[in-house]
Amino acid sequence: MPPRMPIESGVPDPFQYMHPTLARNYGAWKYHERPRPGVLCHTADSGEKVWTIRAGTQRQMDVYTIRKLCTIADDFADGYVRFTIRSNIEFMITDESRVQPLVDKLVSEGFPVGGTGPSVTMISHTQGWLHCDIPGTDASGVVKSLMDELHEEFINENMPNRVHMTTSCCQINCGGQGDIAINIQHTKPPKINHNLVANVCERPTVVARCPVAAIRPAVVNGKPSLEVDEKKCVCCGACFPPCPPMQINDPEHSKIAIWVGGNQSNARSKPTFHKLVAAGLPNNPPRWPEVAAVVKNILRVYKEDAKDWERIGDWVERIGWPRFFELTELPFTKYHVDNWRGARNSLNASAHIHF
Amino acid sequence: MGKPMHNTPMLDELESGPWPSFITGIKRLAKDEGKPYQNMMVDLLGQLEHSYNTRKGYWKGGTVGVIGYGGGVIPRFSEVAKNYPESKEFHTLRIMPPPGMHYNTKLLRDFCDVWEKYGSGLIALHGQSGDIMLQGTTTDNIQPCFDELNEMGFDMGGAGPAVRTGMSCVGAARCEQSCANEQKVLRMLVNTYIDDMHRPALPYKFKFKVSGCPNDCMQSITRADMAVIGTWRDDMKVNQAEVKTFIADKGRKYVVDNVVSRCPTNALSLNDDDTLDVDNRSCVRCMHCINVMTKALATGDDKGVTVLIGGKRTLKIGDLMGTVIVPFMKLDTEEDYEQLNEIAGNTIDFFAENALEHERTGEMIERIGLVNFIEGIGLEVDPNMISQPRQSSYIRMDDWDEEAKKWQDRKAA
Ligand code: HEM
Ligand code: SF4
Ligand code: SF4
Ligand code: SF4
Ligand code: SF4
Repeated sequence: MPPRMPIESGVPDPFQYMHPTLARNYGAWKYHERPRPGVLCHTADSGEKVWTIRAGTQRQMDVYTIRKLCTIADDFADGYVRFTIRSNIEFMITDESRVQPLVDKLVSEGFPVGGTGPSVTMISHTQGWLHCDIPGTDASGVVKSLMDELHEEFINENMPNRVHMTTSCCQINCGGQGDIAINIQHTKPPKINHNLVANVCERPTVVARCPVAAIRPAVVNGKPSLEVDEKKCVCCGACFPPCPPMQINDPEHSKIAIWVGGNQSNARSKPTFHKLVAAGLPNNPPRWPEVAAVVKNILRVYKEDAKDWERIGDWVERIGWPRFFELTELPFTKYHVDNWRGARNSLNASAHIHF
Repeated sequence: MGKPMHNTPMLDELESGPWPSFITGIKRLAKDEGKPYQNMMVDLLGQLEHSYNTRKGYWKGGTVGVIGYGGGVIPRFSEVAKNYPESKEFHTLRIMPPPGMHYNTKLLRDFCDVWEKYGSGLIALHGQSGDIMLQGTTTDNIQPCFDELNEMGFDMGGAGPAVRTGMSCVGAARCEQSCANEQKVLRMLVNTYIDDMHRPALPYKFKFKVSGCPNDCMQSITRADMAVIGTWRDDMKVNQAEVKTFIADKGRKYVVDNVVSRCPTNALSLNDDDTLDVDNRSCVRCMHCINVMTKALATGDDKGVTVLIGGKRTLKIGDLMGTVIVPFMKLDTEEDYEQLNEIAGNTIDFFAENALEHERTGEMIERIGLVNFIEGIGLEVDPNMISQPRQSSYIRMDDWDEEAKKWQDRKAA
């Protein structure tokens, strides 16, 4: 029998799985309100209304958790759900009186309701030790620890504006840009296992991968291998995926760095990349308390000092970086001064000084 | 009886606290007597605890796939299989979800049933890449598992140097700010170039993301090689009665401080009679005022999309944002969609021919210059593509008159 060939169906049609009220009013919504944290209410041109109840999940879900959510959806929300890109689940209902029972049910089953409006919503994250082949830490663990600490900020809408955090478990940074980004930062060049390079790695590929041309082919102990110019190396770890013998992860020297002010949206200012504010934090499982302390402190200062609708980046833009470091009591070091391409644009070429 | 659990004091600490615990979920699977995945999950927890202790990862890649496709499976083999043999193979299947990530419970339960039969019982909804990530199965089970999912109407996502799984926002399905039919755009783009997803042969990855408005909930400018963002070119809609209601509720100061003075182009003005003026020619469609005054303000009727190319994260030359290559195009007729599809096709072809190995579109454009790219895919330059004209005089301009005439001719057309 010839093997079964795949049906290249591509991206499926979403309408077959969409809540009928959403499908019926597709492209014809009029406005929305936020009656309470974790709940949105959208009104269509037709006059129909839909309430959305948003709850946090652990993203990495066992089938029992998914089925539990399905049972809640069947019992309370017409049997439809959707997910946000930050792994929050959303239930849609068309009858306001069903909002509170659904909220109560979710909370009683351990799913925090929130993540809407000016809250700290779920941290978008990556794989880490659970599943990736290059991670310096465990994204899921960092996120679980932090979301435990930020629970109140998830279920309330007390921030000046929304806070989108991300974590990345290596410097490839799959997590993307964030108002606050929590990322691995290696601090030592890769340690090379010379015995393995010849068997495992395509040397030209590895040499080409390095952003600062720090790698060259070499013969070590009579075998073809690679060597790293450690003065040039920026410890990015880019050589590690194509060549696992270039061991970049280090239990002690792979640290965690915190970046702020990334913003994807075009609202007010154009999108921005996040900027380094803290580094050298220990990669300290299972709960990464040092990371949580820095993040919570930044959030505290932001909450106290920013105006309504200012994202973290907007806020720092107004108060200036000197005040940011003053208020957060984070050290400002020579490492905060960029020297990568385009770095001159990040220098102050003016007499504008914050006093 | 399943394999006894490993001691996992570190992971156990991740079971407390108010946020749902992925560890509790995995433990549940590890204690699931008689299930094919039980022992796999026991050893998975063992290996993960080992990682927590040593602060190192222990997965390596490899080659695993399904018949007919060159990508979509993320192979994982354990480097510590000697101690944790049952999870020695723990591959992920990337499956493309319905755009907007809409599910009915039957579909989710079907996914659970298939994954319970062939996999670990652990599903990530969703990966940052936008896939349903079915995490953890053996080499032998990949093919039958994919076959069942494929029969359910689901297809493999992207991995490697290929068109990747795309994403589109909830948009028109439940958002009044939507100016595009996001799911239609996404499905058209990915499904047209599906061959480049399933048979990876590009210089590197290529991602589509579609957002219905400039709030860009899909983060397409910073994360997609090709970002398609809904917008409008006629006047914003202002419901002056609702403006007054808003002011009555929140106060004039609130509106001045949070709406008028936050407009990036000073396009808003509050009148003495509490009506709001919008200078639509200065407005850059940033969405801020509409986000604040959801009932009073709304996008216009003459909708279309802006297209940007080249967003990516750090590797190799640093983070890049996408830049505008189409300031505005309508997406009403099938011909309009076809035109967008052609731009995507031309971009992918140009990328395939001109990018260096492992170079993203943004890096290619950085290296060759935007103009070479624009000309290469058959588009014309436009002042909306820049934030300011050139500052450096070091450039040859022999053909100035010709280029100026092109502009005049285009204006006259
Ligand atoms: C061996 C190499 C790599 C592996 C195993 C890998 C794996 C992954 C995985 C598993 C995800 C989904 C993360 C999640 O949500 O759990 C992801 C997403 C992502 N990866 Fe990679 N990745 C690799 C290389 C890279 C490289 C070299 C880059 C950058 C140049 C990169 C950039 C990204 C980005 C930006 C995302 C987020 C998805 C998006 O924005 O669309 N990855 N990758
Ligand atoms: S950030 Fe790095 S380690 Fe984490 S999932 Fe992405 S590639 Fe893997
Ligand atoms: S860690 Fe980065 S900079 Fe250092 S050698 Fe490897 S690729 Fe080059
Ligand atoms: S990008 Fe715009 S249209 Fe899409 S969901 Fe976000 S706000 Fe709505
Ligand atoms: S959408 Fe943005 S640019 Fe346009 S008027 Fe409103 S705040 Fe100003």
